[in-house]
Amino acid sequence: MKKLKSLKTTTKVDFATYLGVIAAFFIVSLLRSQGLLNRSLTGMLVPICCYIVMAVSLNLTVGILGELSLGHAGFMSVGAFSGIIVAMSLQSAMPVAWVRLLAALIAGALFAALAGLIVGVPVLRLRGDYLAIVTLAFGEIIKELINCLLVGYDENGLHMAFNISGTLTIDDLHMSPGAVTIIKGAQGATGTEKLATFGAGFLLVMVTLVVVLNLVRSRAGRAVMAIRDNRIAAESIGVNVTKYKLIAFITSAALAGASGALFGLNYSSLVASKFDFNTSILVLVYVVLGGLGNIWGSIIAAAVLYILPEALRQFSDYRMLVYAIVLILVMLATNNPTLKNFLGRFKPRKQQGKEAV
Amino acid sequence: MMKKFFGILLALAMVLSLAACGGNGGNDTPATNDNPPASADAAQPSGGSASGTFKIGGIGPLTGGAAIYGNAAMNGAKIAVDEINALNSGVTLEFQAEDDQHTPDISVNAYNTLMDWGMQVLVGCVTTGPCIAVAAETYNDRVFTLTPSASSTDVISGKDNTFQVCFTDPNQGTGSADYISENMSGAKVAIIYKNDDAYSQGIRDTFVAEAASKGLEIVSETTFNESTKTEFSVQLTAAKSAGADLIFLPMYYEPASVILTQADQMGYAPTFFGVDGMDGILTQPGFNTQLAEGVMLLTPFSADATDERTQSFVSKYNELYGETPNQFAADGYDAVYIVYEALQAAGCSGDMSAEEICEAIISVMPTISVDGLTGQGMTWSSTGEVSKAPMAVVIKDGVYVTP
Amino acid sequence: MEFLSYLISGISLGSIYAIIALGYTMVYGIAKMLNFAHGDVIMVGGYVSLVAMTSLGVPSVAAILLAMVVCTILGVVIERLAYKPLRDAPSLAVLITAIGVSYFLQNAALQVWGANPRMYASVASGTLKLFDGQLTIPYVSLLTVAACIVIMVGLTLFTSRTKMGKAMRACSEDKGAAQLMGIDVNRTISMTFAIGSALAAIAGVLLCSYTTSLSPTTGSMPGIKAFTAAVFGGIGSIPGAFLGGLLLGIIESMAKAYISMQLANSIVFAVLIVVLLVRPAGLLGKYVPEKV
Repeated sequence: MKKLKSLKTTTKVDFATYLGVIAAFFIVSLLRSQGLLNRSLTGMLVPICCYIVMAVSLNLTVGILGELSLGHAGFMSVGAFSGIIVAMSLQSAMPVAWVRLLAALIAGALFAALAGLIVGVPVLRLRGDYLAIVTLAFGEIIKELINCLLVGYDENGLHMAFNISGTLTIDDLHMSPGAVTIIKGAQGATGTEKLATFGAGFLLVMVTLVVVLNLVRSRAGRAVMAIRDNRIAAESIGVNVTKYKLIAFITSAALAGASGALFGLNYSSLVASKFDFNTSILVLVYVVLGGLGNIWGSIIAAAVLYILPEALRQFSDYRMLVYAIVLILVMLATNNPTLKNFLGRFKPRKQQGKEAV
Repeated sequence: MMKKFFGILLALAMVLSLAACGGNGGNDTPATNDNPPASADAAQPSGGSASGTFKIGGIGPLTGGAAIYGNAAMNGAKIAVDEINALNSGVTLEFQAEDDQHTPDISVNAYNTLMDWGMQVLVGCVTTGPCIAVAAETYNDRVFTLTPSASSTDVISGKDNTFQVCFTDPNQGTGSADYISENMSGAKVAIIYKNDDAYSQGIRDTFVAEAASKGLEIVSETTFNESTKTEFSVQLTAAKSAGADLIFLPMYYEPASVILTQADQMGYAPTFFGVDGMDGILTQPGFNTQLAEGVMLLTPFSADATDERTQSFVSKYNELYGETPNQFAADGYDAVYIVYEALQAAGCSGDMSAEEICEAIISVMPTISVDGLTGQGMTWSSTGEVSKAPMAVVIKDGVYVTP
Repeated sequence: MEFLSYLISGISLGSIYAIIALGYTMVYGIAKMLNFAHGDVIMVGGYVSLVAMTSLGVPSVAAILLAMVVCTILGVVIERLAYKPLRDAPSLAVLITAIGVSYFLQNAALQVWGANPRMYASVASGTLKLFDGQLTIPYVSLLTVAACIVIMVGLTLFTSRTKMGKAMRACSEDKGAAQLMGIDVNRTISMTFAIGSALAAIAGVLLCSYTTSLSPTTGSMPGIKAFTAAVFGGIGSIPGAFLGGLLLGIIESMAKAYISMQLANSIVFAVLIVVLLVRPAGLLGKYVPEKV
């Protein structure tokens, strides 16, 4: 007890976050093994894990680093398609499914990190809404580039073509008969083997939390937050602004890539236009509603808001309309001064209570 | 404070969602595969008739950019369900349509929601990408799947439980190239196609191959995709400056109508040649049908057809949804009738599980023949492909005429 | 001749972007918010004018005016209900609200007008034929370019000569100081939204006349492109938005014709990125150094 008390508040929150996620995993697994979870929830487990990772990693860029990114789905896309290529081309060489999944996740993270580096170097020189529009631009560029990819695999190895004219087809790869088509240009990846599992999703969420929370509480993390709070002050005390911005941005991109790889391997078809700026915005909504810089907030917001449109299915055609209204009302309510004051009245008392315990 | 308030909202949302899920979960007990009824295997009369209530699910894009296709197919399906229920044949169909926003992952969610509802047969998905994802799931779960309009061969390949109502027929490309080389020899052909659509791409590929062997001259080939389907000035200028006098449009009527209108706006008037997807162009709201004068196309369905069945369908659809049905609506309508016929042929009963119905229907699908709006005497191969004869028509004075 | 055709379609597309960007840049200059719902106001303008022309049978000029009135009211109402309560909230909260409004408008349009794209009869049909029909220019392109120039000049005069225009510039510089000088900031912001939305209505009519079709998602991509155009030219700058829009349209058209149909948007965005790296405030934007 004493030991626990002596820990810093931030450390306690971190441990609570880990414990919460582990507990949630065990509860869900238990419910699932008892058959108490319906199919629609079971089917959403993997995407929820993916979006949790997306939200936490975007929170690193938006909440911790303080730069508005509207192209996060682009990194997910890079991760998804590189993950699919790796997993599908290892199909014959490596029969163990989880090894292929792991390889795909690592490849997804690496390629997305590379994309993060390429995007980050120019983008992070800009500020505010200019940075936002350029990340949006990069997201769209990544989408169109992937739409041009033709990838197949046969016994001679991987075949790739870049379809600039748009009129090439998979036959232009000149593969031997019996080859596996992995990505068919704008028609996306089809026939992908479904490797993703809820367990893998849980592990990925845990890895993400370890990476992000440790980064945030480290020297680098403090430097990143110093840049967010006052760039000029941070620079004047000798913080290497570009380096720390890049660290945060690339980490965020790599995690998004791993999440994308898991997502891509959960469905037997995937198109690059799935990862357009609407998906980036969707994740941004999770981050903002969960609270900027608040990791557990992102986790809960991602889970709840992913389920929300599905739960609204009973409204059938009106569900996206209802979703939009809910979104606007939540933003208005959370920023309403009267409501804030009203709720604020309860807050100090509770904090005192906490400290007394 | 903000967090706290939000926490409450989240909690509310959670409760709501759980309640919603719980509600769905409660419904499914009588009909899911958890408790297969004892009588299911006993009754298997060959060619006997079906009885009981069947839960049929439908999936398609009901919102978003592709909503036109999903809504049409689901509306058509609902009309068929009502008609069948009105027959009092001992078979009652319950139908529930779910939205997939034309995205594979949402589509799988929609499928899972339907499974919680207790779906026994799936009529879906309407679009190719989502259909591939969902068909992979139904293959594992053994749920019979009949897609009204997902035309790619990827949808059915390797899955014995997935069948199509629409053509996969890339033969249309060959047929079109043959027709052009025979009747319009010396034509300079331009192709505009949608390269993120398996249907458009498939027809273009066979067309180009056949054109090469017939010595047809293709002077320009340009593409577009879902996000650029509103603006064709560059494609049309390229075709025009290459001297094309015939433009082949292997695509659905919706972008085609835009191409025709924009070509007219440019003052460019080549001959347009379409495929079955072009059907619906004459009833596109606000479309100047004079522009489609002389357009040639192969079609499985025509809302102008004079047979009684089509006319009654068109008038019902008009009455209920205030527009003229397109071929997706007809596909959805036919899909439900095909499921009905198959259930009858296999002698299924409403208390059979989805899995049992699936196996029973798979075995009868290659043996049945169904007359629908989109074809007389439709039959299926065991791989899931439909065989039906399209009509070749030309548009004259705003109506289809057989050339 | 080919090149001229591509240039003309680029210019007419660019002029549409420019009109949207002019509205965007004014709203951004004053409210300092990325109004993602702007593109959807364009769509509403398109539908209103279409309904007016086809169902009510009014002439196209009246339809345009009606669309402007409806969009102006819509813009002001959106501002009053959704953005005004958030004036002091963090900018991200406003951004998310704008996205919510955008979803709302799109889905409301889906419910009201259906998913089926409508064909849009051009407000100015017919083509101008030059060089024996080698080169054709749709009248609607000429109309678009003319409208764009008139609007640009009008807005420049409005912001530099009139009292309201000066108030707008003052607000965009410093809201607090403007208030101290006796400017009604709320009224000024409402006025800006009204002008921006009216321009969106005009852009909607011209866009639909040019692309000849209309669906609930019509506005979203042009909205983003127009915002790109505004940033490209220097956000907050009226001639900048005009120049940015025009260049964007031309680059897009040329990229499609000569480089790749597939990568046209990417090329547009790549040019934007390069421009911002060289000139961080856009082509005609004023670079304001950070004060410590």
